[in-house]
Amino acid sequence: MLARLLRKMQSKWRTIVIVIPFIWLLLFFLAPFFIVGKISLAELKIASPPFTEMFDWKDGGFPKIRLVFDNYLYLWEDSLYFRTYLNSLKISIISTFICLLIGYPIAYGIVRSGPITKQLLLFAVILPFWTSFLLRVYAWMGLLADQGTINNLLIWIGLIDEPIRMLYNEFAVYVGIVYTYMPFMILPLYANMEKLDGTLNEAAADLGSKPTNTFFNVTLPLTMPGIIAGSLLVFIPATGEYVIPDLLGGGNVLMIGRLLFNEFSANTDWPLASAVAVVLLILLVLPMTIYQYYQGKATEAEA
Amino acid sequence: MYNKRSKFLTFMVTAGMVFFYVPIILLIIYSFNYSKLVPVWGGWSTRWYDVLFQSEALWNAVSLSLRIAIVNATFATILGTLAGLAMVRFGRFRGRTLFGGMLVAPLVMPEVITGLSLLLLFITLKQLIGWPSERGFTTITIAHITFSLAYVAVIIQARLAGMGQTLEEAALDLGAKPFRVLIDITLPRLAPGMAAGWLLAFTLSLDDLVISRFVTGPGGNTLPILIYSRIKTGLKPDINALATIMILFVAACVAIAALIMFRQHKKTMQDELIANQS
Repeated sequence: MLARLLRKMQSKWRTIVIVIPFIWLLLFFLAPFFIVGKISLAELKIASPPFTEMFDWKDGGFPKIRLVFDNYLYLWEDSLYFRTYLNSLKISIISTFICLLIGYPIAYGIVRSGPITKQLLLFAVILPFWTSFLLRVYAWMGLLADQGTINNLLIWIGLIDEPIRMLYNEFAVYVGIVYTYMPFMILPLYANMEKLDGTLNEAAADLGSKPTNTFFNVTLPLTMPGIIAGSLLVFIPATGEYVIPDLLGGGNVLMIGRLLFNEFSANTDWPLASAVAVVLLILLVLPMTIYQYYQGKATEAEA
Repeated sequence: MYNKRSKFLTFMVTAGMVFFYVPIILLIIYSFNYSKLVPVWGGWSTRWYDVLFQSEALWNAVSLSLRIAIVNATFATILGTLAGLAMVRFGRFRGRTLFGGMLVAPLVMPEVITGLSLLLLFITLKQLIGWPSERGFTTITIAHITFSLAYVAVIIQARLAGMGQTLEEAALDLGAKPFRVLIDITLPRLAPGMAAGWLLAFTLSLDDLVISRFVTGPGGNTLPILIYSRIKTGLKPDINALATIMILFVAACVAIAALIMFRQHKKTMQDELIANQS
């Protein structure tokens, strides 16, 4: 009797613990996506006045269902959107690759440091992650500007006479993404590498394998989960990045996050912005699923 | 493995640290520049700090951002801890896959999508039930809680997985009720994780620009929104001063948090040692 009561109470607590965050996420994370989907299919009554006027001439006489896919058709027909999606993917893939090339040896170097140095270096990698993203991007505006620190330094040394244009172009966007997203690459790699069994490398060396050989045949395959997690953590958010192309790219770099925000704020075309968001989400669903799969596996391995 | 770092790795780590910190250090140095043009050195001065402290718009933004950050961090810590407990300690339950997915997705979701979708939700809710009547403090806080709780849940899950269940099992064997075990053992041991989660949620909220810009309304200028509108057109010396204050403040908070975590980690190890021996 008592045991049953106890179990019942326990299951009541259990239910409460699960249900509260569950409902919050359903309401404020999942439900909004359905609303975005619905509005991207042109719900005229929700849209703001400019939108209504824009489509009035098309609305006349046609059944309402015709309107439904207009936003998506528009995305397909106007080459600006296609080029912007493509450019966003290009920029985030290249940035991810650069992050990996730089971040991998850094993470490996940290793992191979002495215990105290290791903790300090790890702290040094995490610290920028806590400081303001916006301000870290701003710091690069000061470095890259025509009158900025780098140009001033180069002119002072005498290497150049005229400032090199480094701000408000694609180069600045790459620098910004690599700089701000680097900790997201290093930390999963570090977590993965720290669990590596060092004796495997020694065994390979004892058996006569050259260091490069050992790296490509032993270390690299074993760190694959870290590489995948880190790359996805950089690639997914970088594809939809808004602040970096807006501040460092000026108006000159096409990226979809910036276009979406402009459709929303400058053009107040919310249904079109929704359609842009839906297509972006479709592009990112696969990488997100892969990330989730690895994340789930990592949690289970720890437990 | 120790001290077997090749020259190449040492170089990469050093170069990486330079890359991480030189921009921030330069930003701080130039905040003490007398010149109105940020990169042109005009001698040491604190005039931009004076300018900063006299700006009323800034103080309003700071106050709004701090209020949002505190409420957000508190709710996110509660919800994130519950979510972490559910994921790690409750085995299988209906909807666990969906729940886990919704906990991971906010970590990688592009901010423009989260921001737009929450704005459209708030507008739909207002049409349906008349709430929220205006956008600002409430809507920004709800949006921040939604992504912050996912970060808190990650920290809590890692901590729960790391601390094992030995002590809880011992207490249950000795006849403690599950609820008492949760209050007396699990939660105190989770406390450092919750503190770290609170701090992370706090800084994430103070830092958020994109989502806030979507869900804010007239008059709802948070600190990042204010900063953004100032730097959109180029470098501003008073923003360097503001950045210096913010960066040093956050660095101090993180250092304290790291110290707490480190001490607690040592204590946990000792507790577990005792539990295993007895």
